[in-house]
This record gives sequence, structure tokens and C-alpha cells, in this order.
Amino acid sequence: MELEPVIGFEVHSELKTKTKVFCGCKNAFGDPPNTNVCPVCLGMPGVLPVLNRRAFELALRTAIALHCEISERTTFDRKNYYYPDLPKNYQISQQYAVLGRRGYLEIEINGQTRRVGINNVHLEEDAGKNVHPETAGARYSLVDLNRAGVPLLEIVSEPDIRSRDEAEAYMHGLRSLLQYCDASDCKMQEGSLRYELNISMRRPGDPLPDYRVEVKNLASMKSVLRALDYEIRRQTRLLEEGRKPARETALWDDAAGETRTMRSKEGAQDYRYFPEPDLVEVHIDRAWMERARAELPELQHQRCKRFVEQLGLPEYDARILTQSRPLADYFEAAVRLHNNPKAISNWIMTELLRVLGEEVEPDDLKVRPSHLARLVGMIDSGAISGKIAKQVFPDMLETGRMPDEIVREKGLVQISDTSALESVVAEVIAENPDVAEDYRAGKDKALGRLVGQAMKKTRGQANPQLLNELLRKTLRGE
Amino acid sequence: MPSEKVTEADVRHVAYLSRLEFNADEIQRFTHDLNNILLYVDKLAELDTSAVEPTSHSLKMQNVFRDDEVRASLTNEQALANAPEREGPFFKVPQIIQEP
Ligand SMILES: [Zn+2]
Repeated sequence: MELEPVIGFEVHSELKTKTKVFCGCKNAFGDPPNTNVCPVCLGMPGVLPVLNRRAFELALRTAIALHCEISERTTFDRKNYYYPDLPKNYQISQQYAVLGRRGYLEIEINGQTRRVGINNVHLEEDAGKNVHPETAGARYSLVDLNRAGVPLLEIVSEPDIRSRDEAEAYMHGLRSLLQYCDASDCKMQEGSLRYELNISMRRPGDPLPDYRVEVKNLASMKSVLRALDYEIRRQTRLLEEGRKPARETALWDDAAGETRTMRSKEGAQDYRYFPEPDLVEVHIDRAWMERARAELPELQHQRCKRFVEQLGLPEYDARILTQSRPLADYFEAAVRLHNNPKAISNWIMTELLRVLGEEVEPDDLKVRPSHLARLVGMIDSGAISGKIAKQVFPDMLETGRMPDEIVREKGLVQISDTSALESVVAEVIAENPDVAEDYRAGKDKALGRLVGQAMKKTRGQANPQLLNELLRKTLRGE
Repeated sequence: MPSEKVTEADVRHVAYLSRLEFNADEIQRFTHDLNNILLYVDKLAELDTSAVEPTSHSLKMQNVFRDDEVRASLTNEQALANAPEREGPFFKVPQIIQEP
């Protein structure tokens, strides 16, 4: 039986604001526990929330970038449930008149563009964080409410994703869009971007299955893909045995590499939404929409096009460099300092992408755009060869020192002095009379071997063009 | 007398959702009271509201915002002052078995 997965995502993204969504407490990661809290976000009686304009604008911008229909009139609602990280016993969210509906995200799969439908985009508040006590066997939990009330954007996709590759492309695409919108810094390790998955299996062409498994507790894109692989295998096996997977919510156990069913009590999902009486409606009129559209930042495809048309990059390079906004920003910052886009792109694609990943962002690198620009500048001016640059680079990555400094310290400056190279050339010819004879007899390839020998003698520091020229002249007896 | 809208099972369910505990007498009393309240609301439903926009709010007001500017928070001591239990800078709560 040939089965295909039916996959959808719920993505939560913390918005990049200075303050929380309904109070003036700092929106920051890593501060001492319970210090960015006030009566509003602690849920004290009688306090009133007031909506953060910036948070709303970032949410609106993202919804527009996702091609959503924007509600002219949007409201907030209370989602009621009990949990220690939720001080008010309800979360302020949007249920009845959400900000954006019926949008889409374009993803690219094997050179083909596909649209993944966005069911809705809405603004809500984050909950606090439960911390497990360090005492072994402790039968209690600790709560830090610094995160309670941080603005959170929820992006709910349609179940339009049909493969692991598409799921991966969707996650990358959404992350990139949020970064281009400057809406979120998307750091999964800090929890500012969180994925939840829903998945079922069907025969291609069949209607949507009447069950689905929701998977939570996915801490990284890698975990999402592993959980996906696991569920595809598990559900396929059940269906092949003629059994139907249960409709359930499961937690991903990364260490065990499997999903675990959550025990759920009857009625636990009954959130009893009702309109939030403490927040008035937000009306978005034509003028506001036009302004929001005009202020939409340059998005990935636009930037990619500009890199090709204005900077002369090959399409392939432009696409890779613009996949993440921090990387594109890094590249452009270096190009502004040294105008050789292709060479800088080559360095980023060969040397930097190797160390960059989910955990390491361009901002974390010790090699700053100014360092890379200087390095390429030194190659272009002939101060060092590409080979020496490659020798210097690991040191730059490690220490964050300027290339000039490392080159000077290690005595790696390129030998571009004719007199210094003439003696090397003479030596090489004397030591390899046969090779020299081959070249004179018309075997051009022999020259390469002599260049290699000379490079060895100078520890790679000879200027290759100059060396070539000198060898040729000397062999021809000029 | 119209048939009951709220059953005892409904009351028990709502009580569970609200984390409230009632004895059998109370369940009976609340079932009766809630039915009376709903009967009263039915009276309002006799009004023709087909031409009225749904409202979520009684205030004729919209687009109330604050600027994204940091204001002073409480100190950690103030934040924890009313906590029934604490440990270091944290609120201390009964063990959490599973995520919501
Ligand atoms: Zn606060």
C-alpha cells in the first residue's frame, strides 16, 4: 500500500519587541528569574492589559507577508486553562476575529514552487517557564514568569505538506520570512521559535484522514524531522496491519527517539473561549493597510533578485546567501567594505556555511564582515595568495583577529619581490633538469611541476603569477 | 416548564474545568439555579437582533495602544511577596505531571 503523509504545522514565534504584549515589562531572554514581572503579567486582581502597538504591527506585517486576508476588525479572546506557568488561568489569544486568514507560504521543492496554505495568523501572549528543581527526586516544580506575557505570534498552516522535504522547506521558509520581517530573532535554542506538528497518513487522492496525531515538545528542526520520520513509520505500520492510528496528542522524547502519548483527561481541551472584556477591538482601515504594505521590508525573493541584478552574483549563490536574513546581512556588510561580491560569496559558501547551522548564527561568529572583507581585500591586492588566506582563516575563526595581524605574526606575507624569487627559480631548475628539459621540448604541463616545487620551497608564499612568469622566462632563456 | 438545559453532568464538568469541588446537594442546587438563569436569558433571546452587528465589547472605542517602551517591573522580592511558597527566586508549585 502506497501511503503519503498529510502534515500541518502550528508555529509559535516570539516577537522582537522591547516590552511584553500587554504591559511595560522587558521582553528579554536570560534575565534573573521573576525580575521582568509586574502586577499585569503576574495576573494580580484588578489590573488591565494595554496592547503594545509594535507587537501588533509586527504581527500585521507578518500576516501581510504571508499573503493573508487581514480582518478589518480584530478582537482578543480568553483561552481558559489551568497551568502553573499561566498566572491568570487564561491566556489572551485570538479566536473569533483573528488578525489574518487564508494566506500561503511559497516553498521550493526540486526546482518547483509550491504553496502551503496558512489557515490563520494570530497574536497572543506567551506563558511562563517551568523549571525543574536541581534537588534529585524533588516532588515540586519551580516557575519563572519572565516570559509570561511576551508577544507570541501563532501561525497555523493547512495540512498541505506531503513529505519530509516539504516539511523541512516549510520550516526554513517560515523562519526566513519571520527574520526578513524583522518580527522574530527565531532562536530555537532560546525558545523564540517553536514548532508543533500534526500528521496522518493516507493513500494519495483520498480525502483527509479522520484522525491526526499532534506532536509537541520539538526543540529543534532536527527533532521535528526525526519525529516526522518516526510517526510516518509508526502510522504506516499500523495501517498496513489494518489498524487505524488513534487521534491523539503526543510528546516527542528526543533521547528515546520516539513519541509518547499524553494522558489526557476528558474535557481537558475545553478552553471555553470568550471575548476579552479588558481589550477593545482593533480596526485596521485602508490607510493603515496601505502604510503597512508600504513599510513591508525587502523579502527573500526580492533580495535574491537584487543580489543577481545589482551585485552580479550567480542565481545559485544569491539564493543560498538570502536563505537567512542574518547571512544576507553579513554578506552585504562585507561587500560594502570591499566591493568583490563574488569572492566574498565564495568565502561564505565554502568556509562559513561549514560552521554555521541551527546553533551557530552569523552574529555568533568571531569573524565579522570587516574581517572577511579585509581578507578578500588582501588577496585582491596581491598581499597574500588564496592559499595563504585559507591557512589564515581557521585562526581568524578561532580568535577573531584581523588577517593582517595573523599574516604578519606567522610571516606569511606573499613574496612578490622578483629578486627573491629568482634564486628560488634557479634552484628549482637546477634540481629538476629533466622536468626543465621536458618543458623546453614543448610539454607545457611540466611547468606546473616546477611551480609546485618552487611553492614548496617558499612554503606557499610565492606570488603564483609572478612565479609562473619568472619560470617561463628563465626556461626560455629570456 | 421547558425541558432542562443544564444537566447535573454539565455542572460537574464545568466544576471540574474550574477546579471546584461540590457535594451532591450543591450540584443539585447549581443545576437548578443555572437552569433558571438560562430561562431568564431566553427571554432576551426573544428580541430580534438580526440587524445588529455582533459586539464583543460594550465600549464604543477601538485601537487603544501603548508604545513599546520599557517601564519599571517589580523587584524579585516584591513579585514573590504573596507567593504561598517559594524557592530562591522562583515560585514553588506542586509537581507538574504533564504539559497542558
Ligand atoms: Zn509585566
